[in-house]
Amino acid sequence: MTAPVPYRVVAHPADTPDTATIVLQPVRTALPPFTPGQFAMVYAFGVGDIPLSVSGIDGHRLTHTVRAVGAVSGALHGVRPGLTVGVRGPFGTGWELPEAAGRDLLVVAGGIGLAPLRPLVLAALAEPERYGRLNVLIGARAPGELLYPDEPWQAAARVLATVDRPDPAWTGEVGVVTTLIDRAAFDPPRTTAFICGPEPMIRATADDLVHRGVDPDRIRVSLERTMHCGTGHCGHCQLGPLLLCRDGPVVSWTRAEPLLMVREL
Amino acid sequence: MTVVRHGFLGALTPAHRDRLLAFAHEASFPGGTRIFEEGGTADRFWIVRSGLVALDVHVPGRRAAVVETLGQGELLGWSWLFEPYRWHLGAQCRDDVTAYEFDAELVRVVYDEDPAFGLALTHCVAQVIARRLKATRTRLLDLYGPPGSGGGTP
Amino acid sequence: MADDDGVVAVIDKDGLDALVAVLAARGRTVIGPTVRDGAIVLAEISGGAELPYGWGVELEAGTYRLVAREDGAAFAHSAGPQSWKTFLHPPRVREWRADRTADGELVITPEATPSPSYAFLGVRPCDLRAIAVQDRVLTGGRHADPGYRGRRTGAFLVAVECTEPGATCFCVSMGTGPAVGPGFDLALTEVLDADGHRFLVRAGSGEGEAVLAELPSRVADTATRTAARDRVAEAADRMGRSMPLVDLQVLMRETLDAERWDDVTARCLTCGNCTMVCPTCFCTTAEDVTDLTGDHAERWRHWESCFDRDFTHLPTGPVRDSPRSRYRQWATHKLGTWYDQFGSSGCVGCGRCIVWCPVGIDITEEAHALNRERERGSSGEATG
Repeated sequence: MTAPVPYRVVAHPADTPDTATIVLQPVRTALPPFTPGQFAMVYAFGVGDIPLSVSGIDGHRLTHTVRAVGAVSGALHGVRPGLTVGVRGPFGTGWELPEAAGRDLLVVAGGIGLAPLRPLVLAALAEPERYGRLNVLIGARAPGELLYPDEPWQAAARVLATVDRPDPAWTGEVGVVTTLIDRAAFDPPRTTAFICGPEPMIRATADDLVHRGVDPDRIRVSLERTMHCGTGHCGHCQLGPLLLCRDGPVVSWTRAEPLLMVREL
Repeated sequence: MTVVRHGFLGALTPAHRDRLLAFAHEASFPGGTRIFEEGGTADRFWIVRSGLVALDVHVPGRRAAVVETLGQGELLGWSWLFEPYRWHLGAQCRDDVTAYEFDAELVRVVYDEDPAFGLALTHCVAQVIARRLKATRTRLLDLYGPPGSGGGTP
Repeated sequence: MADDDGVVAVIDKDGLDALVAVLAARGRTVIGPTVRDGAIVLAEISGGAELPYGWGVELEAGTYRLVAREDGAAFAHSAGPQSWKTFLHPPRVREWRADRTADGELVITPEATPSPSYAFLGVRPCDLRAIAVQDRVLTGGRHADPGYRGRRTGAFLVAVECTEPGATCFCVSMGTGPAVGPGFDLALTEVLDADGHRFLVRAGSGEGEAVLAELPSRVADTATRTAARDRVAEAADRMGRSMPLVDLQVLMRETLDAERWDDVTARCLTCGNCTMVCPTCFCTTAEDVTDLTGDHAERWRHWESCFDRDFTHLPTGPVRDSPRSRYRQWATHKLGTWYDQFGSSGCVGCGRCIVWCPVGIDITEEAHALNRERERGSSGEATG
């Protein structure tokens, strides 16, 4: 693999109990441009690197939301502005939003799954005349774990959120994210859906949408497996015929569904 | 491909839907109204037309713990269908709510008179319960939680 | 095989000696088969005398034994425990170094150690294909592995056709041998008969021709050409194993839920020997090490096996928890999804996995069993 390129942490705008959002800027050389849905391999000095989807693309600046679940993610979760990390990428397939031109958009995010969908939402909001109705459905564990809560786009009309475990102050909906689909405004045959979250949530959501008449080819899901190289050489990210670092992580439901049905594939 | 009609009413045939709606009258509740209480007699049920209703459980030391919210088109209350006909949750309006309200006892009487209607209605209620059970089990897995939460060691 | 394309000649054993010397004189590290520790082991050689003249092997599932031969053949053996990936895709490689400077900057330096200039003497047709398969994996996609490319580019390949297949060989089934395919610089076919111990040599590249020109050789006579061709053709009829005559990619796709996987799992130890000896297995894992000061870190990459329980995991735990799923992953990838990912089979029929499996699991036997189970299922017969 090629060596990582140094990027400096320039901002650390948001935290929930176990996630941190960090903004990176190239120290010297910038990587090629990222598109929504793609990921980078982000290296914490001496600890290792992990795949992180971009959750924001602003020129050469990259935003990533990291969830601390291991040594590397824990190290990245703790970085502060001024520190330097190493970045490789862009890798993988993106959401390919432009192919949904003229269609209603249904974005369904579960938990940390909102992070890879954020640049898609921002891109769609930037060109409203290009797409049909945009719906963003968000499921989270608890109100305190909703990502990007204060960002302006969250207040838009068709952004709906629900939690599994409300706190007493929560006045919003309680329940699984699929219950929000009834409240979305979309014409199933003319809709492209983008789903990211835990695999059972992806399965339940995609099945529901297919049942309502959305074309499985127009349902794009982001899948996750171990990744070490990001370049299709280490073999860890295989899911049947797919190398998720190369043929994913964004895959159509038509391709993904039979693979997810095989236990321990 | 069957196109799914939405909401509880959408799951009934037009004939059965009309039959059921014959028992309905429109109700509205200002935000904050407690429609029913845990342990109360389940003598009515509703289909929400607008607004959000929160279902809660009384837990000592906590304000009522909300376990689910229901919105437009959804069935509010199914305990009226099974003995002992008692609510197992409380219901509170998050905002102004309008609904079709039904007299449970009258509807239960119709079951004996029209078994086909009774079967269809029971089937629809069963589907609602099944869907909510599946969703609840999913929430038990705590998929959004830290790895290892929600039971079952990796 | 069309044996009149390119330069053809005949050399004797002293020609083979000279070959090693000429390659070494050109600055190449010559790797060839040698006898060591009761096996044919690939190692650096400095002369033709180090080749395993008079040694053959007895192969079976879970069995490998050196056997002395009276005819003194140099290449009458097959598939030793290593393959050429030991050199082209080494078990442990440093990829880059990272230094943290006093002001917190990160300086990352890719590994720039020049690779040895290799000459591989004795590349079997199956192994020649395996090198091509790894070429596709490691350099044929959008991202190329620079280390592999450096080691591979300019490696001089002297192929040796097979005249003595082992009982576990099935190159014919996989279309990779025993005759050599394209991709060699020189190809040798050993001929041992009343006319003497000699080698038919064919050049497959410009450099091959140049090297051949420096060797003591004579014109390839008809008798030697015919003997060489016949020996290889006979070898094709003496394969010990074969795959079922079905589309293996489709078979692997259609039998993911077969009961046969439970059967093989009862035997498989998930030791991963098969992945280590397989010439196309390429999976690696990253390892980060730091020194005591904490200011210097290195990224190393080393072989890893999909039989390892943590090979594929999510934060919640291993994805292929059961040994059953891991054996299935290896076999279905090797025979099936490799096509989807890289456009060819991952198996070259060398039989090493059968030989070095401690419990003698035979991938050809498994493929036949899966095929039978699939046939039983589609014919509606009750399965056992």
